[in-house]
Amino acid sequence: MSAGARAAEVEAIGMSMRFGRFVALDDVSIKVAAGSFHALLGENGAGKSTLVKCIMGYQRPSAGQLLVDGREAAIGDPRDAAALGLGMVYQHFTVAPSLTAAENLAIARRDAPGILDWAAERARLADFMARMPFKLPLDLPTRALSAGERQKLEILKQLYLGRRFLVLDEPTSVLTPDEADEALGLVRALTREGSLTALMITHKFDEVSSFADEVTVLRRGRRVGSGKASELARDELARMMMGDQPLARPDDRAPVGGGAVLEVLGAEAPDRTGTKTIRIDDVAVREGEIVGVAGVSGNGQREFLEILAGQRALSAGEIRVRGAPYRATRAEMRRMAVRFLPEEPLRNACAPRMSVMENLAFRTFDVDAGGRRRFLLDRAAIRERARVLVERFGVKAPSLDAPISTLSGGNVQRAALARELDGDVALLIVANPCFGLDFSAVAEVRARIVRARNRGAAVLLVSEDLDELLELSDSIVVMRDGAIVHRTPAADADVHEIGRHMAGAE
Amino acid sequence: MTGGIGWWGLPIAMLGGAIRVSTPFLFVSLGETVTERSGRINLGLEGILVFGAMSAYAVAVRTGSPWTGVAAAALSGALFGALHGWICKFPKVNDVAIGIALMLFGSGLAFFFGKPYIQPAAPHLPAMSLGAWSSIPQLRAALEVNALFPAGIAAAFVLRWALRDTRAGLALRVVGDSSEAARALGIDADRVRLAATCFGGAMAAVGGAYLSLYYPGSWNENISSGQGLMAVALVIFARWNPIGCVAASLLFGGAGALGPALQSVGITHGYYLFYAAPYVLTLGAMIASSAPGRAGAGAPAELSIGT
Repeated sequence: MSAGARAAEVEAIGMSMRFGRFVALDDVSIKVAAGSFHALLGENGAGKSTLVKCIMGYQRPSAGQLLVDGREAAIGDPRDAAALGLGMVYQHFTVAPSLTAAENLAIARRDAPGILDWAAERARLADFMARMPFKLPLDLPTRALSAGERQKLEILKQLYLGRRFLVLDEPTSVLTPDEADEALGLVRALTREGSLTALMITHKFDEVSSFADEVTVLRRGRRVGSGKASELARDELARMMMGDQPLARPDDRAPVGGGAVLEVLGAEAPDRTGTKTIRIDDVAVREGEIVGVAGVSGNGQREFLEILAGQRALSAGEIRVRGAPYRATRAEMRRMAVRFLPEEPLRNACAPRMSVMENLAFRTFDVDAGGRRRFLLDRAAIRERARVLVERFGVKAPSLDAPISTLSGGNVQRAALARELDGDVALLIVANPCFGLDFSAVAEVRARIVRARNRGAAVLLVSEDLDELLELSDSIVVMRDGAIVHRTPAADADVHEIGRHMAGAE
Repeated sequence: MTGGIGWWGLPIAMLGGAIRVSTPFLFVSLGETVTERSGRINLGLEGILVFGAMSAYAVAVRTGSPWTGVAAAALSGALFGALHGWICKFPKVNDVAIGIALMLFGSGLAFFFGKPYIQPAAPHLPAMSLGAWSSIPQLRAALEVNALFPAGIAAAFVLRWALRDTRAGLALRVVGDSSEAARALGIDADRVRLAATCFGGAMAAVGGAYLSLYYPGSWNENISSGQGLMAVALVIFARWNPIGCVAASLLFGGAGALGPALQSVGITHGYYLFYAAPYVLTLGAMIASSAPGRAGAGAPAELSIGT
C-alpha cells in the first residue's frame, strides 16, 4: 500500500451545479495544492457538500472541469475517484463497530482475498502502522475505541487504501475538543510530511485558524473569498461567510427584578446508574432572569433536567413554580406556562416522522381556544397556527406537511423553539440549545432566548458551552457530582474559577 | 422394562434423545445465525422447515434416494429464503412481518402438496452405529447416530472459521453491524442479506428433511413441533455464535428428550410435564436474553430485535 505515495494536487475549475432553476453551485474554482491542508468554510446550504460531491463523483456537475496532478480527470462515480487516490471521511463513522480495527482494515481493501491469511495480513498492517505517526489498538472491537480513535481509524483506513487526497466532511462534529485536536493533528502531520492533501469542510473558525494552511469561503453557491488561513482574521471570515446579512443581535437586557418562578428545594433523586444521588439543594429562577447551569457533561445535569421534565421521580424535596408544587403534568405545564426545550430536539422533543405542522401543535392540539379539552382536532386552526409560527420564526421547511426529520438541524431547533415560545411563557427550561447549529442559527436562537427573558420569562439554561452561559446568563451555578457546588453572578464571573469548580479542584 | 441397568437408562436415553432431537435444532439455528448476522431475522423458518420435510419426503419416495430428498429440501429452502430476502429489500418492508407470512405460506403449501405422501413410506437416511462396541442395548440404541448430526457439528466449526477468516464472513459481519459501513466499503448489503437468507432457508429445510426422513421419520402435518420457531430463540441464547448453537441445540435436544426418557425408564405419571421442557427453556432463554442491562449483547446492530 502506498502510504509513502506523494500527495495529490486537485483543482476544480468553474464547477457549476443546477437542479432545475435552483443553482447550488455557481462557477466555483478551487485549487488545493499538493500537501496542503485546505479548509472549505461556509454556512449550511452554501454549496460545500455539493462541491465536494462533484469532486468525488457522487454527483455530475452541470459544468466544470477537474484536474488531478495537473491532468484532466474524468470522474463519473466514486470508484473513479478512488482509482485516482481521492478518498472521503464522513461526519459519521463508517467502521463496523463489532469488528476489530484489523478486520475493518482488511475488509476495506478492494483486493482482499477470499480466504484471509491473517499472518500475512498482520505483517502488512504492522508495516503500515510503523509508518504512521501514532498507534492504535488493532485487536479491540472498534466500539471499544473512543470517538477520536475511531475517527483516526477512518483516516487510517483511507491511507491504507492508498488515498493521496482526502475530503473530510465536518470530521470533528462528533468529537470532544481534545479528540478533535488529535484527529486533525494527525491530518496536519500527514500533510506536512507530504503524503496527503486534505480538504476539510467545516464551519468552525478555530479549526481553520489552528490547523488549515489555506481557506476558501463559499456563500450561496459562490466562492466569496480565499486566502492563507494565518492571514485571515476571524471577523473577516465571518463577514465572508455571512455576507451583508446581519447576524441576529441579542436585545439589550432588561434589569432583573421579580418574584421567584422556579424553586427547587432539596430535590433528591437517584442518578441513571442508580448508585448515586442527585441532590439540588436550592436553586431559584426569578422573573426575567436567566440562570445558567454549568458543568462537565455527566455530572447530573441530565438527571436534573429529567426531574424538571417529570421524567425522573423525586425521592425527597420538592419543585415549586410560583409557590405551588409542580410535578410536570401536562395540566400543570399549561396552567403555569412552563416550557421545555431539551437538547437534540429532533430526538427528544419531536416526533420525527410526523409533519412540521403536527409537531408545532403538540402543546395545543388537545384544547380549544377556551382551554377546554377537545375530542376532534381542528386541522384548519392547526395549519393556520403552524403557518404563522413558521413565518415568525423563519423556519425553512419544504412544506408544512413535510416530516420534521427532513428539516436541517437549525430549522428543527427553530421549529421547536417556535412551539415552546408561543404564547405566554412563565418558565423556560433549555438544554444545550445550540449543539450542532451553524453560526447564524446560533446567534438567532440566543437572541430569542434573551427576548423571552426580557418579556419576563424565567429561564433555566443548562449548557456545556461556557461561552454560551457567560453570554446569556444573569447568574451561573456549577454542577458537579450531582450537586450545585458554586454560584456566581454572570457579570463578574471568573472563567477560571468556574472551570476549577467544574473540574473539582478548588 | 429397564433391562437390568435401572436408572442408568435415564441419562443414556437422554443422550440418545439429545443427539436425535438436537439435529434439526442445530441446522435451523446455524442457518438462522448466518441470516441474523447479516442483520435480518427470518421468522419463516418454521414454514420452510415443514416444506423442507415434505419436499424431502416426496422426492425420497419418488426417487428412492433419501439424499436426493435432502438436496431437494435444501433447494426448496433456499428458494423460500430468496423470496424472503427479495421482498425485504424493498423499502419500508418489515422482515418480521414477512417472516410470519412466510411461515404460514410454507406450511400451507407443504400441506397442499404433501397430501398424497402421507401414506407411502420413504427410505430413511442411514445411521451410523457408534455403539457397536457396547453390549448394552440401550447404549447401542442411543449411539445410532444419523450422518446429519456430525455434518451439522462440522458445519458449525466451518462457519466459525468462515466468519473470522474469510472475506465473505467479514463482509457478512460488516453488513449486520452497519449498513452505513457496508455502503462505504462498496458492499451491497441487500445482496449479502439475500445470500444469508438463502443459506438460512436451505439449512432450515435440511433440518426438516431430518424430521421426515429419520426421526420421527414420516411425513404428516404435525411433523414439526415448533423447532423452526424455537431455533430463533436458540440463536439468541447462543449469542449468534455457531459453536454456541451446538451447545444450545444439545441442551434443547436434551430437554426435549426428557419426557420420552422418563417414560422409557418406567415413569408413568407426570412425564407429560417434562414434554414441556423445551418450551419452558425457550421462555427462559428469551427472558434471560432480554434482562435489562445485558439485552442483545453480541447482537448484530442492524437486527430489528436488537436493543
